[in-house]
Amino acid sequence: MSEGHWSEHYPGPTHQPPVHVDRVHAGGPDVAQHPKLQHHFDDMGQQAEASTLGMWVFLVTEIMFFGGLFMCYLVYRTASPEGFAEASHHLNVFWGAANTIVLIVSSLTMALAVRAAQTSAPPKTQVFWIAATMILGAAFLGVKAIEYWDKFTHHLVPGPNFVWEGKHPAAAEMFYSLYFCMTGLHALHMVIGLVIMTVVGIMAWRRQFDENYYTPVEVSGLYWHFVDIVWIFLFPLLYLIGGHVGA
Amino acid sequence: METLNYLNNGHGLASWLLTRDHKRIALLYLASITGFFFLGGLFAFMIRLELLTPAGDVMSSDTYNKMFTMHGVVMVFFFLIPSIPAVLGNFLIPIMIGAKDLAFPRINLLSWYIYVLGGIFTLVAALSGGVDTGWTFYTPYSTAAANSHVITAALGIFITGFSSILTGLNFIVTVHRMRAPGLTWFRLPLFVWSMYATSLVMILGTPVIAITVLLVAAERVLHMGIFDPALGGDPILFQHLFWFYSHPAVYIMILPAMGVISEIVQAFSRKNIFGYSFVAFSSLAIAIIGFLVWGHHLFVSGQSVYAGMIFSILSYLVAIPSAIKVFNWTATIYKGSVSLDSPMLYAFGFLGLFTIGGLTGLFLAAMGLDIHVHDTYFVVAHFHYIMVGGAIMGYLGGLHYWWPKISGRLYSEPWAKFAALMVFVGFNLTFFPQFVAGYLGMPRRYHAYPDEFQVLNVASTLGASILSVGYVLPMVYFTWSLFKGAPSPSDPWGAQGLEWEIPSPPPTENFHVTPIVTHGTHQYAPSKEVGIV
Repeated sequence: MSEGHWSEHYPGPTHQPPVHVDRVHAGGPDVAQHPKLQHHFDDMGQQAEASTLGMWVFLVTEIMFFGGLFMCYLVYRTASPEGFAEASHHLNVFWGAANTIVLIVSSLTMALAVRAAQTSAPPKTQVFWIAATMILGAAFLGVKAIEYWDKFTHHLVPGPNFVWEGKHPAAAEMFYSLYFCMTGLHALHMVIGLVIMTVVGIMAWRRQFDENYYTPVEVSGLYWHFVDIVWIFLFPLLYLIGGHVGA
Repeated sequence: METLNYLNNGHGLASWLLTRDHKRIALLYLASITGFFFLGGLFAFMIRLELLTPAGDVMSSDTYNKMFTMHGVVMVFFFLIPSIPAVLGNFLIPIMIGAKDLAFPRINLLSWYIYVLGGIFTLVAALSGGVDTGWTFYTPYSTAAANSHVITAALGIFITGFSSILTGLNFIVTVHRMRAPGLTWFRLPLFVWSMYATSLVMILGTPVIAITVLLVAAERVLHMGIFDPALGGDPILFQHLFWFYSHPAVYIMILPAMGVISEIVQAFSRKNIFGYSFVAFSSLAIAIIGFLVWGHHLFVSGQSVYAGMIFSILSYLVAIPSAIKVFNWTATIYKGSVSLDSPMLYAFGFLGLFTIGGLTGLFLAAMGLDIHVHDTYFVVAHFHYIMVGGAIMGYLGGLHYWWPKISGRLYSEPWAKFAALMVFVGFNLTFFPQFVAGYLGMPRRYHAYPDEFQVLNVASTLGASILSVGYVLPMVYFTWSLFKGAPSPSDPWGAQGLEWEIPSPPPTENFHVTPIVTHGTHQYAPSKEVGIV
């Protein structure tokens, strides 16, 4: 079968002759020949759009993934608001707030890394911002480790060794079950983020990103910002509740 | 000399296991899914064998529990959910929209490996002693009491879920970004619409079952009491989270079959679909409303009566878009030039069986009646009419319709018609008696039953034997066709759509030149604005 028979087969009003498609490329012929263009895309623009949309769709699945945990939190906090407030007071607001600031700053450095790649900044600049983001991410995980260790030594890890002196031991244990599940899953996402940033950092060092091709940095940035935003919800829900109940 | 196509473009194991061609990945899925289908069928055979006599004489009740659990887990997660999307969707979506491949070919291959890894976990769970919790993994039994391999099986489901998520993600991005010039949304084949709606359910629902299964594992291993009442948790919450995914998962199974039926009905009635946009939007409506009905699984679980009433009403609502589809298919066939080729026989089978399954679903959505037939064989019969009578009929119909395109060969049409008849007769003989048994009060999930139910159960087992022949036959003549079948022309059915414009089997890049689409891809009759030249 020949491929050029579209219009004969479907007699349309326009009778458009088969065109050997050469779509208009946004960046001119150089972009069309870009070594990073995969065979099944027409141009770099389509490829970049597909990748970013793919990441957005993935982030939707992530919202549903964390959503299940937030649902559990909602159900059990509604069941025992006093117990949750009581348990929350044993979290260290200073470390939580410090980590919040660390993550917000890391979102800034991440945005600057995307900007550096987008504007064809020298690889050193790109790698600098990526490395800065990674250092802040690692700092967050370090603080998290200190907090976890603190909970471990104070017998606040749910299970047979859990000890609670207050009025609501059952609710407190549930609170800490959720605390470890939610922050643990978030920390796992941070670790995955660091692995992704390592790969992106190496690619940047090898001069792979410029104004024509920076999708990996952009897409990793979307992921990084998402993980930050999850923390923005976790911090108040876990650390700051119960002010109105009275300490 | 044979022309170059996707099947002969590269030989050897590595050219298949490392392929990024969506058509080859579809065949990898076809092979593995067929394996799981017959494994799940084996478990079903053991169940039917035990139920041949009222006494529990073939196996112990524990073994029986493992049999129906493994049957459910394998059939739902490893056959029905991936069946049409991963095989036919993978093969057809890029071709139907005039693209060279899915948006993310590597992720597509990855999703198959993830599926296989999840399958291995489940096989290990089955071989090392099985799971006896039922496919629903209800807590606290699954976390506190069951001594079987719950964690292994749950991990298998968790892992396979990501395969489903990645497939859905790939389809959504592909449909949004890869359509050929001129192929607007309302020119898309209806199969693509239904796969798009399915993908929405996959990406929104699957993560919730993933986190739920993860929490079950955390409870079993770390003794975090999220669901176990002994540890302060709430087992009803598990049921809510479980059914938030697992009810929409029913639509993951049936929506793709509906897409297949839309294509077959048009091709073999030689008519454009009646009410294109209604059929397209009803897919989206099913996907959306389908997320709001999960509570009808909890009518007797201690959910509040008011919640029950709302879920009952919402469950009635989801019948409307399904009925729209059935009416529109019927209107398409009406006064069409109908030819009874094997795909159309499956489509007719689907129409009848899906209607019965859907209407009995309304019985179950009514709270008063549901309390009477809850956990009886009535429920078992109902969902088998949807999942086997609906989803598998659609899958088989689709395989028969597109097999000449996939393989480039023609199969034996008389045998195919005979198999379609066997499937239809065998299916009804298996599951219709179960409606009666359930209505008379026979509970599900027991390996023994009172003597009065024996006639119905013998009929059911006899039907299952006929059904199994109907399922083995296509595998035989499809395999035969690969070696002995006559080469298929590019459009053996005289059907319309981009997939029938390219050679059978298609070349690796699908289209040497990107097609330009100037109107709907299915023009069985000239549309009004085109006129007759």
